[in-house]
Amino acid sequence: MADMIKLTINSIPVEVPQGSTILDASVKAGIRIPTLCFLKEVNEIGACRMCLVEVKGARGLMAACVAPVSEGMEVCTNSEKLREYRKMTLELILSNHRAECTTCSRSTNCELQTLAVEYSVDDKYFSPSGLEPDIDDSAIHLIRDNSKCILCRRCVSVCRKDQHVGVIGAISRGFNTHIGSAFDMPLSSTSCINCGQCVQVCPTAALTVRDDTDKVWAALADETKHVVVAPAPSVRVQLGECFGMPMGTNVEGKLAASLRRMGFDGIFDVDTAADMTIVEEGTELLNRLKEGGALPLITSCSPGWVKFCEHYYPEFLPNVSSCKSPQQMFGALTKTYYADKMGLDPKDIFVVSVMPCTAKKFERTRDDQSASGYPDIDVAITTPELANMIKRSGIVFEELPDETFDPIFGIASGAGHIFGATGGVMEAALRTVAEIVTGKPLEKLEFHEVRGTEAIKEAEFDLAGTKVRVAVVSGLENATKLLNSVKEGKAHYDFVEVMACPGGCVNGGGQPNVPGYIQNTKDVKAIRASALYGEDAKMGLRKSHENPVIKEIYETYLGEPGGHKAHDILHTKYVARKIYEDR
Amino acid sequence: MSKSTVPFAGTQEQKVELQNYIQEHGSEPGALLPTLQKAQDIYGYLPIEVQEMVALGLNIPLSEVYGVATFYAQFSLSARGKYKISVCLGTACYVKGAGEILERVMDELGIGYGECTPDGKFSIEECRCLGACGLAPVMTINSEVYGRLTPDMIPDILAKY
Ligand code: SF4
Ligand code: SF4
Ligand code: SF4
Ligand code: FES
Repeated sequence: MADMIKLTINSIPVEVPQGSTILDASVKAGIRIPTLCFLKEVNEIGACRMCLVEVKGARGLMAACVAPVSEGMEVCTNSEKLREYRKMTLELILSNHRAECTTCSRSTNCELQTLAVEYSVDDKYFSPSGLEPDIDDSAIHLIRDNSKCILCRRCVSVCRKDQHVGVIGAISRGFNTHIGSAFDMPLSSTSCINCGQCVQVCPTAALTVRDDTDKVWAALADETKHVVVAPAPSVRVQLGECFGMPMGTNVEGKLAASLRRMGFDGIFDVDTAADMTIVEEGTELLNRLKEGGALPLITSCSPGWVKFCEHYYPEFLPNVSSCKSPQQMFGALTKTYYADKMGLDPKDIFVVSVMPCTAKKFERTRDDQSASGYPDIDVAITTPELANMIKRSGIVFEELPDETFDPIFGIASGAGHIFGATGGVMEAALRTVAEIVTGKPLEKLEFHEVRGTEAIKEAEFDLAGTKVRVAVVSGLENATKLLNSVKEGKAHYDFVEVMACPGGCVNGGGQPNVPGYIQNTKDVKAIRASALYGEDAKMGLRKSHENPVIKEIYETYLGEPGGHKAHDILHTKYVARKIYEDR
Repeated sequence: MSKSTVPFAGTQEQKVELQNYIQEHGSEPGALLPTLQKAQDIYGYLPIEVQEMVALGLNIPLSEVYGVATFYAQFSLSARGKYKISVCLGTACYVKGAGEILERVMDELGIGYGECTPDGKFSIEECRCLGACGLAPVMTINSEVYGRLTPDMIPDILAKY
């Protein structure tokens, strides 16, 4: 164990391991020091000067987020001087910020605004300062408005360090400094993988998710359309946050009820499609193990990961499962199986997915994602976009009764449920594959080895004599490490789960924004994931292949898992892309 | 930051020279800055093609390369022409209408400030006071000085080159 250091924060004695920062120590003392640029393990650059503190005997003020503690240190975080200083820092930022808080989409959930109010920054700094919007709206999933950027560089760091993509950076110097892509290219011309992690970490409205709710409203108002909706697994444990509920609250029942009240014609569940994905992907794995296809088989449900692989590791494309993601399977089956069953023309069906993910907005537009001849998915909206629609519909979410999804495509197993957390797809697949291989019901359904938020998780299972080596990674920096070791022959796996976002969908780019100080002090991913696992444990139906809806779809429509028709509807292709365009 | 309007005309020799440098020094800590200096020595400027070579060679994102290239004033992103035109924008020249002179030069050449004509002939460059305030407004083409300019004189002057 590391040596412990004793110090005081505002006269409160604390003890922290050597190497901790003053900010760490203050958290332990129960004191909040305001921060803007700091994001633990992502952006530790001491740039914004919000977190300045006084240290007895030190010459200047210190940035608490990067200053290490030392024995006997006496720290003061709350003096007249510091409060003045912080206010000045905020005024300086705001004097170059196109403030329009009345209509801004981040209002009431903006770290800059929160601090400005907290420090009673003079109104004059909020008045229009003649700044013009500075917008890049070229990308399909997000919009950048640099007139609201405070140059904290969290987006730059997360894109480079967590995601190993690095398509944005700080450009130029002095007053001209701004965040953008190389040669100020529009983001859409770069190898951005649409993960939205940059949006997740942005403290202001400089980065926002593209709002596609207009298309949903229009479809709902169109009498000729049969409008169907389904939320992804992790949406139900996050949506509550948009209504002030504690993190990790499962609101599945209220979610179904609210969708019904908004007038959707079919209230379905992407969890059901997740079960379908498991049966198809499990079959693919077994086939590859038996017949010697490319191994490791790598999961394909995360479109950020798929695009990353296409750009940066095209040599691994044969390894990526040809299964469509649950979103696309849901859309494909709605416009084929469901249309058939209900006697609907697929052209009249409008399919909306509610996703934790900005890359789903891109995935929907990929080639070979129109099983019925029409796009599998018409619109993909994110969790906060749905929350906004619920509010605008006048629905009092908190008071809704619990309802269920429509049974025709709304019954799901616990396995489908845990898709939203890193390791969930793997565990779900193992439950199914193990039973198929051994031919016996599993005694223990939990695969704890693949749970948790560690960077890379590995395990080996003996399934009736067949050894299956698996690995689970989330965050593309971690995926890069794993792929490199496979490439160099240092690691051997049969089945690998990759999620683009660190922690999986519960930390997706399309989830509600969490203020930096909460990201810095709480394990957001673990809290959100625990709600999914908790729900799974309570369920009677916990294996994808036992889902009665899935069974019925195979029996009455698709035929065999991995069969011809299943392939036509539920599988897709990938393309090798370049990092830089040809010149 | 203005981009190059000149088509990139790097040679295989230049590429090899840069790659050799990267091979030798690319793994040293802080390699980016010296590599960019080397690249600018070789090519004279740092167009996207060259910055991509640096990014790939050092295995760092292009955005980072571009960030450094735009941070330091020593780097030029644009090719420089055979004839480098500087219109003095010092106070004396400015009040005597240097703005219109610059405007006219840009119009005549069809390029912006800091850019180079596609044929590589002219570039318009940054310029501090030339100390020839008595002749305001002043412009130089390479080392040739032209004073007491009016916009209408520009076409004739350019035609000499
Ligand atoms: S980003 Fe924040 S401070 Fe800026 S306009 Fe929006 S709410 Fe206001
Ligand atoms: S969406 Fe992801 S890849 Fe694209 S800029 Fe943001 S963090 Fe980088
Ligand atoms: S876009 Fe957002 S995260 Fe990126 S530097 Fe600006 S304020 Fe920070
Ligand atoms: S300098 Fe510490 S939070 Fe920005």
